[in-house]
Amino acid sequence: MTTIINANTEIWDILETVTDPEVPVLSILDLGIVRKVEQEGEEIIITITPTYTGCPAMDVIAINIKAAMQEAGYSKVAIKSVLSPAWTTDWLSEAGRRKLKAYGIAPPVGSSDKNSLLGETREVQCPRCDSTNTRMISQFGSTACKALHQCNDCLEPFDYFKCH
Amino acid sequence: MTRKEALFQYLLRLADDALINGQRLSQWCGHGPILEQDMALTNMALDQIGRARSLYQYAGEVEGKSRSEDDLAYLRDVREYYNVLLVEQPNGHFGTTIMRQFFFDTFNYFFYQELQKSKDETLSAIAEKSIKEITYHLRWSAEWVVRLGDGTEVSHQKMQDALDELWIYTGELLKPDELDNQLLAEGIGVDLNKVGEQWRQKVKEVLERATLPLPDFNSWMQSGGRKGVHSEHLGYILSDLQFLQRAYPGQEW
Repeated sequence: MTTIINANTEIWDILETVTDPEVPVLSILDLGIVRKVEQEGEEIIITITPTYTGCPAMDVIAINIKAAMQEAGYSKVAIKSVLSPAWTTDWLSEAGRRKLKAYGIAPPVGSSDKNSLLGETREVQCPRCDSTNTRMISQFGSTACKALHQCNDCLEPFDYFKCH
Repeated sequence: MTRKEALFQYLLRLADDALINGQRLSQWCGHGPILEQDMALTNMALDQIGRARSLYQYAGEVEGKSRSEDDLAYLRDVREYYNVLLVEQPNGHFGTTIMRQFFFDTFNYFFYQELQKSKDETLSAIAEKSIKEITYHLRWSAEWVVRLGDGTEVSHQKMQDALDELWIYTGELLKPDELDNQLLAEGIGVDLNKVGEQWRQKVKEVLERATLPLPDFNSWMQSGGRKGVHSEHLGYILSDLQFLQRAYPGQEW
């Protein structure tokens, strides 16, 4: 029999300690990639969804989840990956958005509607000086999930976690 | 073909398109014209390879012979690859790569939109995931076609050369064969005639903005990839891609 394990329980607390290797301030819960946690007999089944199909962090995240669970005494853990519904930055938590900004990455602005997928972003705020007088340098940044922007006021280039 | 065989074959076509395009784009790593575009090219390579992985994993499952994604990518020879000839064409100069990418992205954009409606849940989930990434790709490559086509005399001429060189490989993307018809009838595959119409419309629009003359859609087209008959280039790509697994079978990181 499979039972669903609700949020705010011990296992979810363990998952909170697993971070994105590319953006280490974000936990996988902040990212919104943990879709479901279930228990079947002894086994814990954790369902995650990739942010981007080719994101190399996903394999590392799966390994790290297993390691964190093992450390907490759960030896039988299975990681399942689902593609639908497709991950969106709308699932990024409020705490996650604050942490991103503090880390120097501008959090996604608005929702992942078609316009933002096409790069027609609204004002992106500079994470350093808070100016909204910024421009996009490149749609593609240092990782699949980020675009490269620059602040026209403080001139600092910065990463923008793009709407997806 | 049974439904299972047909689906397996269909998945290989899509996965091989993505993998070979991803491999070609990866060859730009460290060679892009400027840093931002180098990163754009390799970002897109990653998306293509990611999509290929999802498709190969599912193909292995459908085939039921316990072949993994790696087995399918690393242990098939040229004649067992079913990608279109377009994606294996050499990178050439930046403009050649842009033109090739624009034709392929436009195809993917309309194809994967349709594939989201597939009755096959896994295929439709892969399509739903991929379409977001493909949207970025098409925006990028279409912008560059316009910028270079409507650019300087030299860039315009280079785009014209790329267009002349690659045009004969576009027909194969859009021409349905028996496999397409079979899976379309089952509600699994995509209607290539519909995709073809949308593709031609978009290409016409972008080439016009790029001040490049529209070639004849009915001119003679090269084909063969979908049947495993490739240009000489694929062998070289695979020898690069597969070397490690061929020389050291089963090697892992």
